[in-house]
Amino acid sequence: MIGFIGRRLGTMVLTMLCLTLVVFFMVNLEPNLRKLAISQLDMRSSDEHIESWLVRNGYRDNFFIRYGRWLGVVPIEPVVDESGRVQARFGVCPQPAEPYYGGILQGNFGCSTKFNTTVANKLFPALGATGILMFWVMAVMVPVALLIGVLAGMREGTRTDRGLSVASITTTATPEYVSGVIFTVIFASWLGIFNGSAASATREGVTFYNFTLPVMTMAIYGIGYIARMTRASMVEVMTQQYIRTARLKGLAFNAVVIKHALRNALIAPFTVIMLQFPWLLTGVVIVEVMFRYQGFGYTLVEAAGNNDIDLLLACSLVSVFVVLTTQLISDVGYAYLNPRIRVS
Amino acid sequence: MGVEYVGGFQVLLGVVARFWPVWLALAIVLGLSFAFKPKLGLYGHLFDTGVGIAGVTICLFWMFTAIFAQTISPFNPLAQIFVMKDALPGAIEPSTGKVFLFGGDRLARDIFSRMVYGSQIVLIIAPAATLFALMVGTTLGLPAGYYGGRIDTVLSFLANLVLAFPVILLFYLLVTPGIMDTPIPYAMAGVFFLFPIIFFCTLFYTRYKHRTGLLAIQIGLTLLIGGWIYFGLVFNADPLGIISIRPNELNIFVAVVFASSPGVFRIVRGLVMDIKTRDYVAAAQTRGENPWYIMLWEVLPNARGPLIVDVCLRIGYTTILLGTLGYFGLGLAPESPDWGTAIKESSRLLRAFVHPALPPVIALMSFVLGLNLLADALREQSLKD
Repeated sequence: MIGFIGRRLGTMVLTMLCLTLVVFFMVNLEPNLRKLAISQLDMRSSDEHIESWLVRNGYRDNFFIRYGRWLGVVPIEPVVDESGRVQARFGVCPQPAEPYYGGILQGNFGCSTKFNTTVANKLFPALGATGILMFWVMAVMVPVALLIGVLAGMREGTRTDRGLSVASITTTATPEYVSGVIFTVIFASWLGIFNGSAASATREGVTFYNFTLPVMTMAIYGIGYIARMTRASMVEVMTQQYIRTARLKGLAFNAVVIKHALRNALIAPFTVIMLQFPWLLTGVVIVEVMFRYQGFGYTLVEAAGNNDIDLLLACSLVSVFVVLTTQLISDVGYAYLNPRIRVS
Repeated sequence: MGVEYVGGFQVLLGVVARFWPVWLALAIVLGLSFAFKPKLGLYGHLFDTGVGIAGVTICLFWMFTAIFAQTISPFNPLAQIFVMKDALPGAIEPSTGKVFLFGGDRLARDIFSRMVYGSQIVLIIAPAATLFALMVGTTLGLPAGYYGGRIDTVLSFLANLVLAFPVILLFYLLVTPGIMDTPIPYAMAGVFFLFPIIFFCTLFYTRYKHRTGLLAIQIGLTLLIGGWIYFGLVFNADPLGIISIRPNELNIFVAVVFASSPGVFRIVRGLVMDIKTRDYVAAAQTRGENPWYIMLWEVLPNARGPLIVDVCLRIGYTTILLGTLGYFGLGLAPESPDWGTAIKESSRLLRAFVHPALPPVIALMSFVLGLNLLADALREQSLKD
């Protein structure tokens, strides 16, 4: 088991290196660099001016050296102005006067050009805000989805099963930007019981009034998928011999479902729930933009829209980390829950 | 200046009447399908269940809407008629007397016509991108599953690499105006669009390599048609000028293929690993068949059931992806009538006007729902055999 996790962690690190290298390449493409330089200078800067800015800030150095600096294995040269004094990076992030190692490995995420602060200052509060959103989404999505799945799969082919199945297909056909609009129209515009924007949640804290719509919108897309997986696994369990034995022993149907079927039926959905996290990340971006909630997704969109290199790299690092970690947890948890699976 | 309105019932009647070519085509196709149901195989079996009928009907509805868009829509989707700015549903356009059935949007365009034309964009890009993704995923998934070992390790690692990217981040990196100045989208298109040609050449070669006359015709046709489309799409240099694609559309197309082929790869690989243990594969191996013959002519046909289901689901998913791209304003032109862009435009103004948001939202949802229902019915049918 330890060996398995060790090997998986090794693959994870390799994947993260490859992915950040790709992202680093994409954000450092010539058009993107020009865009960044223009946003830092002004619209009418001449080509020489832009070029000298890029050279001064080290964007014309060798690609791998720059990647190494970001990673923290190559020392960063401080930016010096004409008179030889050390400048703060992009005018906002202070840096020491002599070359230093300041990359991801040293815990330094860099400097955000869009928000004029260090990446860490912007990213971690945003992650916290998204964590709150994710928590409520999970708290709504998982119990509802499991309940629907178990109810539908308990008695296969009945009217309840058909109805719930069609309902869950419908929710999987409804991406967040569709359900968000529909819910806002119904609950905010017509009924007026919820707030169509979660902007106040960032400032004044989460309330039922401003947070229900984002949570509902995000949960609904996942519910259908998890419910269908639970249903399939429940249907399979209900045809097993031990369920029939328990029934023939004279146990009540409810007791059979709760004591014998549930535990075995919930193994498969566990993996599915864990693998939902990558989807939730996309959902977070859409929902946060739609409801103007200042979390991770909102930060990512701002970073990407303004080609804020360090912030975008940090965002992709975080999201890739989340995706890979949940994959690992789902594999390990699956082996743990189902003793028949042996990791080799 | 006041604008006259027609009532809600008349709007409904008007919408039903505008869709007349669709109803006609639907009636013909469904009537024929019911009449010849026993002879139509898997397609005929779809009409046994309510879910299947609903799925086929919805998908056909949108297909015919896309085909007859010109006849159905009363106005040009890009035309701005100033009086009709933010008009409510049922407003009568003063100069022609025609009705803005679903009202006008912020830029005074007819929402109904835009919804109808939006179906064209979605129904061209989504199935085509899915088919290309299917080709790429299959061509790579077959050897990965069949040979295993090092090929599998490398290809699976690459597939997982792409899958570990959150889709939205991938799109923000791949679909930007800046990237169209670089050769990256064209290089990717050049690689992806090569796969169908390789696939079909291998397909024909492995089967008919001893019948040189037939093989020459098949390979020749594949190279001719494939090469023609290839030059048209990648280099935008179709000698006949029929096939052309705008750079931003190519960019979207490539990004969507890139995002969805690893999923196909994983499914094909899993299926092949399962099927290669069967007796008929062992028999073919004993006959000394070429591995690619076994993969393409023994394994692949037996994997078609789950693959067809997956294609249906995937077209729906691609539609959602296109909507996401539109919603974030990536790639598609801002005045493009596709549903995602329309949802973005209207969702900003929900507080003031509700009516521009609903038609594209319901259109997108119903189309994806139709595809999901179709996939569900297909899955049930293929489990029965």
